[in-house]
Amino acid sequence: MKITTLSHEQARIEAPVSDFDPYADETLNNPYPHYEALRELGPIVYLKRYGAYAIARHAEIDAVLRDHVTFCSSAGIGLANFHTEEPWRKPSLILEADPPAHGRTRKVVAGLLAPASINKLRPTFEQEAELLVDRILEMGRFDAVPELCAAYPLKVFADAVGVPAEGREHLLPYGDMVFNGFGPFNERFKERLAAAQNSITWIGEVCKRENLTPDGFGAQLYRAADEGELAPEEAPMLVRTLLSAGLDTTAFTLCNAVLSFARHPDQWALVHANPSLARQALEEVLRYESTFHSFYRTTTREVELGGVLLPEWQKLLVFIGSANRDPRRWERPDTFDVTRRASGNLAFGTGIHGCAGQMMARLEGEIVLKALAKRIKSIRLEGEPVYHYNNSVRGYDSLPVSVTAA
Amino acid sequence: MPQITYVQSNGERRSIPVSPGATVMLTAVANDIPGIVAECGGAAMCATCHVYVEESSLALLPPVSEVENEMLDSAASERRTNSRLGCQIAMPDGVEELVVHVPSSQN
Repeated sequence: MKITTLSHEQARIEAPVSDFDPYADETLNNPYPHYEALRELGPIVYLKRYGAYAIARHAEIDAVLRDHVTFCSSAGIGLANFHTEEPWRKPSLILEADPPAHGRTRKVVAGLLAPASINKLRPTFEQEAELLVDRILEMGRFDAVPELCAAYPLKVFADAVGVPAEGREHLLPYGDMVFNGFGPFNERFKERLAAAQNSITWIGEVCKRENLTPDGFGAQLYRAADEGELAPEEAPMLVRTLLSAGLDTTAFTLCNAVLSFARHPDQWALVHANPSLARQALEEVLRYESTFHSFYRTTTREVELGGVLLPEWQKLLVFIGSANRDPRRWERPDTFDVTRRASGNLAFGTGIHGCAGQMMARLEGEIVLKALAKRIKSIRLEGEPVYHYNNSVRGYDSLPVSVTAA
Repeated sequence: MPQITYVQSNGERRSIPVSPGATVMLTAVANDIPGIVAECGGAAMCATCHVYVEESSLALLPPVSEVENEMLDSAASERRTNSRLGCQIAMPDGVEELVVHVPSSQN
């Protein structure tokens, strides 16, 4: 590739400039029309409010995520550049790391969350799903967020990690703060950070070996440290990673599933008629209503992207939530269709930082949807959903619904 | 023109013309070859693009990486010495045909 020298100002003039604010309430509530406008502006856009470039089309996003050398993660995946600014917490040893350090921690975490490992949890997960369906059928009318979407991962995944049953109300607020950190250090993030001190303390405590069950993922991380695969101080940090990344995301994915099916009863009818569609249906939820919407990469050198020359140490905002609605990649992208083949979507990213927990997320989602599909004929919205505002993930605080038994 | 040939467990064969660099997984998905699920979209995370590479083709491929090696343990069908992840193997330069056998199950 021919590298030419261009001044930063010249490079900036080449990309279309936009005033778009991805973090405004109005955008977060319904980002899709904004994403379309961004995609139509060009393959790469300069967001002047934040001094960041942005990519919103599938092709560029896929290419950037696969080139972890040019587009790194160790400078942080929020707007702050960890090489020049103080991170708000000690950077993640896996998410905010580059090779070679990344490979070492990733290998251990990936091993825990690989299909061969997590498939052992299937019987327990299925049992919990049945109990959950028993409870909601008895209620008939309930708020799906506390009773289903948050309840399930807070039980099964938190059990799998091995944290105590007491104090789990700290998990979602902690994760919420972490995901706010993948945006700018705005009011929303500052507020959550200020409110989260007790949760931060609790998380710190439960990551300690003595507070975890002897056979869960947490314990397995400490055993990996015993074996020399991790340094001793890395084990609690990686437990923190599992707890940061594995609760809010799955809870919100279940929210997005429930809401999508409540709004598209014809699609629920298909899954109810054929519960083996559950896994495929979950994949379409991930594409159509992605949970994690955007995060950053940072250039490690001057590089041309979408015809624009980016300087070194440039933050680049990657809109995976937009990639999944890109008509250049998906036919009828704005149609929720559980019969389509949704695999190949970017809800979990791709490349070396592709979500290490994605098979766990799919396992939980498939099991919950299948349990619901077998026993529930219809899901109806009984009131206005209350949206949950976060800088990088999308979900709900309240989903009033009613269900009818099959 | 170079091609990748997919052999199903019932013996059915289908050959797809490809350019060097085309991966076994993406070629299968783009051409609706049954039995290659590719749930993670090619990130070496799901082991559902597992294939058995015919012996004659096996030697032409670069060795199994550490990540691929770990993931192959998660394959639903029996792991064999010629097991590879379809997303990690591509049509080598200068080779006329790459033959892979599709396992009976990916989940």
